[in-house]
Amino acid sequence: MDSALLIHRLQFAFTVTYHYLFPQLTMGLAPLIVILKTLALKTNDDRYDRAARFWAKIFGINFVIGVVTGIPMEFQFGTNWSHFSRFAGGVIGQTLAMEGCFAFFLESTFLGLFLYGEKRLSKGQHWFAALMVFLGAWLSGYFIVATDAWMQNPVGYERTANGSVQLTSFWALVLNPWAWWQYAHNMSGALVTGAFVMAAVGAFYLLSQKHLEQGRIFVRVGVFAALVASVLQLFPTGDAQGRMLARNQPVTLAAMEALWETQPGAPLVILGQPNVPERKIDNPIVIPKALSFLTWRSWGAEVRGLSHFPEQDWPDNIPLLYYTYHIMVGLGTIFIAVSVISAFLLWRDKLFQARWMLWILLLAFPLPYIANTAGWMTAEFGRQPWLVYGLMRTVDGYSKMVSAGNGWFSFLGFLGMYTVLSILFLFLITREIQHGPEPSSTGPRKTVEAIPAEVA
Amino acid sequence: MATLWFMIVAVMVAVYVLLDGFDLGAGAVHLFIAKTEDERRTVLRAIGPVWDGNEVWLLAAGGTLYFAFPLLYASSFSGFYLPLMMVLWLLMLRGIGIELRTHIGEPMWKKFFDGIFALASILLAIFFGAALGNVVRGVPLNADGYFFEPLWTNWRVGEQNGILDWYTVICGVVALVTLVVHGSLYLATKTEGELNFRARNVASALWPVQLLLTIVSLIATVYIAPTVLDNFHKWPIGYIVPVIVFASLAYMFYAYSRRDAKGAFLASCGYIVGMLVGAAFALYPNVLPASTGAQYSLTIYNTATGAYGLRVGLIWWSLGMLLAIGYFTFIYRMFRGKVRLEEGSEHGY
Repeated sequence: MDSALLIHRLQFAFTVTYHYLFPQLTMGLAPLIVILKTLALKTNDDRYDRAARFWAKIFGINFVIGVVTGIPMEFQFGTNWSHFSRFAGGVIGQTLAMEGCFAFFLESTFLGLFLYGEKRLSKGQHWFAALMVFLGAWLSGYFIVATDAWMQNPVGYERTANGSVQLTSFWALVLNPWAWWQYAHNMSGALVTGAFVMAAVGAFYLLSQKHLEQGRIFVRVGVFAALVASVLQLFPTGDAQGRMLARNQPVTLAAMEALWETQPGAPLVILGQPNVPERKIDNPIVIPKALSFLTWRSWGAEVRGLSHFPEQDWPDNIPLLYYTYHIMVGLGTIFIAVSVISAFLLWRDKLFQARWMLWILLLAFPLPYIANTAGWMTAEFGRQPWLVYGLMRTVDGYSKMVSAGNGWFSFLGFLGMYTVLSILFLFLITREIQHGPEPSSTGPRKTVEAIPAEVA
Repeated sequence: MATLWFMIVAVMVAVYVLLDGFDLGAGAVHLFIAKTEDERRTVLRAIGPVWDGNEVWLLAAGGTLYFAFPLLYASSFSGFYLPLMMVLWLLMLRGIGIELRTHIGEPMWKKFFDGIFALASILLAIFFGAALGNVVRGVPLNADGYFFEPLWTNWRVGEQNGILDWYTVICGVVALVTLVVHGSLYLATKTEGELNFRARNVASALWPVQLLLTIVSLIATVYIAPTVLDNFHKWPIGYIVPVIVFASLAYMFYAYSRRDAKGAFLASCGYIVGMLVGAAFALYPNVLPASTGAQYSLTIYNTATGAYGLRVGLIWWSLGMLLAIGYFTFIYRMFRGKVRLEEGSEHGY
């Protein structure tokens, strides 16, 4: 691979992967904070307000890091991918600019109100600010997914005389069917992260016998949201995306499953290592015919294998694509298991005594981050070798004027800068969690924490 | 249509400079005018609720530029690769400086983060000025519409320019002084007592410097790029721009003598808008002139996207701006008035 192309890809991959660690939590937490604020408004119970305030702090720290690592994403379209921007900017610039004009203004304004304005606002107004933060965060997510969806499934454009593309239908771009399922899948993925993080912090407090009352609220809300989101993640959103892939990017699906030959009744590979030179899978564990059923709803349906497609159209890193996809699906299955079991225990009023389950909830929090990252990698490695599917290859999209030397300079700079950011972030988050939610202001803490679990 | 979008992008850039300009300026100057811990906190309180929203204008302007003039975005961002990467890192450092100091109690670290905040703000002001200087001066575009500039070459203005040469350094210094004045005046309107006094003093002490630099930069601009005068000859209405610039400077002098910080701040806004509009007016219809020959220059015509996209964009852009203006009016009204530390804030700036 051309070394300049390599470094441009590496830098974008690194900065976007790092960036997405933060928005996935803020997008996941935003609806949970709205739930807490709604409970506070409905029950007039101060505990929920304090819970919301605690999570607003965590949200705030993640939001700031999300913003400062997000600005480089917009810049890099121009700095590192200028040929792509010149080609496609007239189309995807629309959604990116709309993100700025609609979502960012909304989110940053109301987050300021939500964080700084609680004393100046009425309870209802503060709830409204939380709702607007949620709306802004999720709107922002939609515009980004719509941008990526256009790169996966270009619609509503025409070629111009100078070789670039221009928009012909605004609604086709904004309502790209690809974007709908990708968005639903992505947002329930973010919700999984938010829910597991909230449950993990709650489990940590319960296990360490601190902030018990708040810990119970966190576990309750977290487990409930985790259950809903993990199930949605598999069905209908994940399932629908898989079938969309089978229709629109069959070569991607074949590479994800490491399916070499076209066959009826294609098996689903659960475990095994793809062996590209020999066109096989080492140590395979498979479910016969399952892939055919999942993609075409028929056990005997024919699924096209990689050999059906010219090799120059294969994704350029099949093993990595295969693994990111399998990691995502494997972890998704674990999320369902963990949230079903803990929801069952919660329902039977046994969760707060089941220390083993609380330990699992605590230790599970990194997994959604890995799954979401692996999911995005599946989408983006799967799109290769195309930058815009079927229209522009990645090798044609990078900034030809920016040499590999300059690329390495900035990449190493980002590595250093993000190391500093990581240290500061971990320091701040650890401190907030150690400090915990504020104690009740209505009475001595003991009496509040003596309330039995079923009331709390 | 392309002309309209040229104006829209210019207005968004101007709004960004006006808004983020005062918090950049406040950052650049706060070490000198805010001496005690309480004063430093007052400075952060004054910009704390708004700096992040101000920076969003940069993203919104960037996004608008991207979709309306894709080739301009592609060419300028890749050509200014190195300084833009540094701008990104400085923006990060600055955010860290502002947000972290409030979370950390130890005075030693507070001082450290104050230093980071100041340094990043100063460098950003200089970089933005130098960037504008590069656009006015022209860059070595090739026939494909691309270029790449090293940080500096021989510091002369010629065909193979670097980002920094004597002209763009002047522009950087003009920007720094302008934003320091702008930021000081903003702080003067938001604070009382010693801080207010020192902020006004910094601004009025810089007045002769600002006047001198304005004249120097105008002469230098005409010297290195004589074509900037063409549009003024063509549409004499343009001469109103230098009138606005110097009238604003004159009003600032008058306001200083009356200790009218608010009037001076508004005049500073007028000055900044005048300088930016003047640059945009002089460039039009060029958006990135080529130092390698006028035939390579990027103009609004050869960089704009299709008519349909521009038309659709106008609809949602107007809607988005109406909403944004609504939010901004609301939040500035919420946090209007002088900053008083004793009022307390749950966030703890």
